[in-house]
Amino acid sequence: MKFTLMLNGEQRDFDCEPTRRLLDLLRGDAGLTGVKEGCGQGECGACSILLGDRLVNSCMVAVGQVADRPITTIEGYSRTTRFAVLRDAFGKAGAVQCGFCTPGMIMACEALLRQNNRPRAPEIRLALAGNLCRCTGYNMIVDAVETAAREGKGLW
Amino acid sequence: MKVVGKNVIKIDAFKLARGEPVFTDDFTRQGMLYAKVLRSPHPHARILNVDAAAALKLDGVVDVIWHRDVKAIPHTRAGQSYPEPSPYDTLILSPKARFIGDRVAVVVAESVAQAIAALDHIVVDYEELPALTDMDQSLTNSEILIHEEPDPRGISEAGMTNIAARIDKQVGDVEAALKECDLVVTRDYHLPRVQASHIEPHISIAWVDEDDRLIVRTSTQVPFHLRRMLARILEIPEARIRVIKPRVGGGFGDKQELVVEDLVGVLALRTGRPVRLEFTREEEFVAARYRHPQRVTMTTGVMKDGTIVANRMYVLADTGAYGSHALTVQGNTGQKVLPMYPVANIHFKMDCVYTNNPISGAFRGYGAPQGCFALECHMDEVARELGMDRLELRKKNHIKLGDTDPLSAKLGEGKEGLVRVVKSTGLEKAIELGCEAIGWGNKREPSAAHLKRGLGMALAMQGSGIAGVDWGGATVKLNDDGSVNLSVGATDIGQGSDTVLAQMCAEELGIPYEKVIILSSDTDLTPFDVGAYASSTTYISGGAVVKAAAEVRGQLAGVLGSHWECEPEDIVFSDGMVTGPGDQSMTIAEVALFALYKAMIQPMATASHMSNDSPPPFAAQFAEVEVDTETGQVHLCRFVSAVDCGTVIHPKMVEGQIEGAVAQGMGYALFEEVLLDRTGRVLTPDFLDYKIASSLDVPEMVTILVPTDEPTGPYGAKAAGEVPIDGPAPAIVNAICDAVGVRMFRIPATAERVWRGLKEETR
Repeated sequence: MKFTLMLNGEQRDFDCEPTRRLLDLLRGDAGLTGVKEGCGQGECGACSILLGDRLVNSCMVAVGQVADRPITTIEGYSRTTRFAVLRDAFGKAGAVQCGFCTPGMIMACEALLRQNNRPRAPEIRLALAGNLCRCTGYNMIVDAVETAAREGKGLW
Repeated sequence: MKVVGKNVIKIDAFKLARGEPVFTDDFTRQGMLYAKVLRSPHPHARILNVDAAAALKLDGVVDVIWHRDVKAIPHTRAGQSYPEPSPYDTLILSPKARFIGDRVAVVVAESVAQAIAALDHIVVDYEELPALTDMDQSLTNSEILIHEEPDPRGISEAGMTNIAARIDKQVGDVEAALKECDLVVTRDYHLPRVQASHIEPHISIAWVDEDDRLIVRTSTQVPFHLRRMLARILEIPEARIRVIKPRVGGGFGDKQELVVEDLVGVLALRTGRPVRLEFTREEEFVAARYRHPQRVTMTTGVMKDGTIVANRMYVLADTGAYGSHALTVQGNTGQKVLPMYPVANIHFKMDCVYTNNPISGAFRGYGAPQGCFALECHMDEVARELGMDRLELRKKNHIKLGDTDPLSAKLGEGKEGLVRVVKSTGLEKAIELGCEAIGWGNKREPSAAHLKRGLGMALAMQGSGIAGVDWGGATVKLNDDGSVNLSVGATDIGQGSDTVLAQMCAEELGIPYEKVIILSSDTDLTPFDVGAYASSTTYISGGAVVKAAAEVRGQLAGVLGSHWECEPEDIVFSDGMVTGPGDQSMTIAEVALFALYKAMIQPMATASHMSNDSPPPFAAQFAEVEVDTETGQVHLCRFVSAVDCGTVIHPKMVEGQIEGAVAQGMGYALFEEVLLDRTGRVLTPDFLDYKIASSLDVPEMVTILVPTDEPTGPYGAKAAGEVPIDGPAPAIVNAICDAVGVRMFRIPATAERVWRGLKEETR
């Protein structure tokens, strides 16, 4: 089937089965390898993207389900000022170790900050609960989000 | 110091945040094929025949291989220095399956889906054999032999029993000493099977290039060991193999192993096409490696005043179907742990047995978390029986500056080791600061009536590399603009070694950190390094970087000394400037231009570094828990780690190592356990059933760095990667006991287990 997807603000055409995992289309057909596969079962969040304003695991979504909603991956998001604020905060806080979870984690931060631009630590923990990180122990990531919300005042 | 000790931005942080294509799977090769492994449904069976005719007829299927197609060259998959101290009990594809999930055949196809579809069309003729999945049965049963072939070597009792590895070492005379003690306490401690759970699975891509060389791009901790091991088992010279390690999405020991690289190598050579093999998360749980499950029996003899006279540790461990790291992990359970209390009489004995369970191997801490759990829980038990304060018992007996580690000379890397004397320790200070931070002796009130609070502590020590074995090389080259290329064999797997090595290089040359361009772990382009394991990189590879950078500085000083007519030793390198004893001064870029275009030399050096020392980093760790007396649920409220890792090269990243280790150690204590059924089938092959800590689970963490100056380390540094994972489990379990009086001899201390303990207490 032919699909036209709004990917990172651009219209792009794809020809694939409607049941193809969105993750495979993004990494394979679209070349957006910032979207990572950690489990393929919706448990780890490494493949997190934004569908509209909503954070989803792209391994759990079929291409046929998403044709009408804009998709943002880390590749699109990393062109924004908001990203730069989060990136700097992650860098300073020590929130990046191996970095495999980081793109998905940052998408989860963006989804949170869109809804709540001054989140408290428990709210951040809840918002990131679907994104597993085995390296950092999370607290530095929570610090980074608090810093980003403060430094990026007015951006969200 | 200008760069060392500073929180520079981690060298790869921004590109990782942007999601740049830097991991193994982020690029493809033209014509790439996808491999899938057909795994044994039986715990123990001979593979009599594999009929792949139907599979080969399917669309897209290119090749199917099984044991008839590959030469049987026994080897170990453990990524260790040659000669590896692990038994050579493994074949690329074996005529016998030894656990549910063992390799039987491998398919390569044009797509992953086609490869998966083909697995169902391979017909295997098995002869099922009786299996052993209980380590006690393996210890005594020699009717069923898991490795009975004549060719494996290095198995402790090959062909006679199922014992893969055995150690029995003694200092003093424990049996005699115990008779003289006022009190002898013996307890059993049970440690679960847990999995490293790096978020990036095992993945490897191999192809044959235009020069007929095999290129292996792989997510590994041991690129140089891999090259050597692949050359041997693929029967091609090392010169024809190049291993490239891109960014790695976590390893934690699980990638100190040849897990997928041999298969992509074989298949790329056979098909002449690029081949990719990535594990699914389920395969990670079935066919990667586990922390060895153990039962540890501790016996301690102590005098009334709290003087420990004798310690005995007996370890029974399950290595699963193959003996990767069987000897050395279990050796570490004693060697890294028992020296904490350097008493005159120590007996360490271990049996590591084969079973028809999935394979155990390296996982951060490498045996020490098991031993530390047993020893540090046992210290609380001894203190309780003795009626002595548990902190005082530890303070009275723990290892101190100038003490000789009683075990290290007897227990090296699978052989006799080297004498180790403690030349730096911040342990006393760590205990003091940790107690202060947790509020030791000052238990807070619980937040509700059905809850009880408790405090627990544990002491831990590890090593910094393997003494006399681990080594690494580094090359430093100065460019026209004063930047330097630093190439190292050292392997950054996310822990940040590229960053700390660049910091040391910058410090030594007196240039900004941003001027260092690092390339690591490419067997064609960088010097050798043993790889990322045994907490070795900062201490060992860092030593090589400092030597190489110092040599380049010496070359520049030599050139400038002649030019400025001064003594080279009087030239100072700092802040990107080079200054002489008079008013001579140049920027590092001007110096570089002078060297390259006037003196016409390439300022460049390669250095190697090895250490006969393995100075122990120390940790004092403290937990505060709240236990629900109605449900048994344990809530970890706060966790304090006070860690001495020598001079801290990058404080933030060390804290990151510690906090990450605490999160993993917390899982070990409270909720991580891979469950098997009686046939050895994994019942928890995903993150839903095997829970690792999420952002909601981790406690408030207080991390205190207690710097010391280690005389043998670069800038006084010791290691930090492993020591903080040792203490969390015993500290947490000791806190549970403090809260509700229930001693958890078996972890994880799940709500159900604690609740059962509470019921027994009240009965």
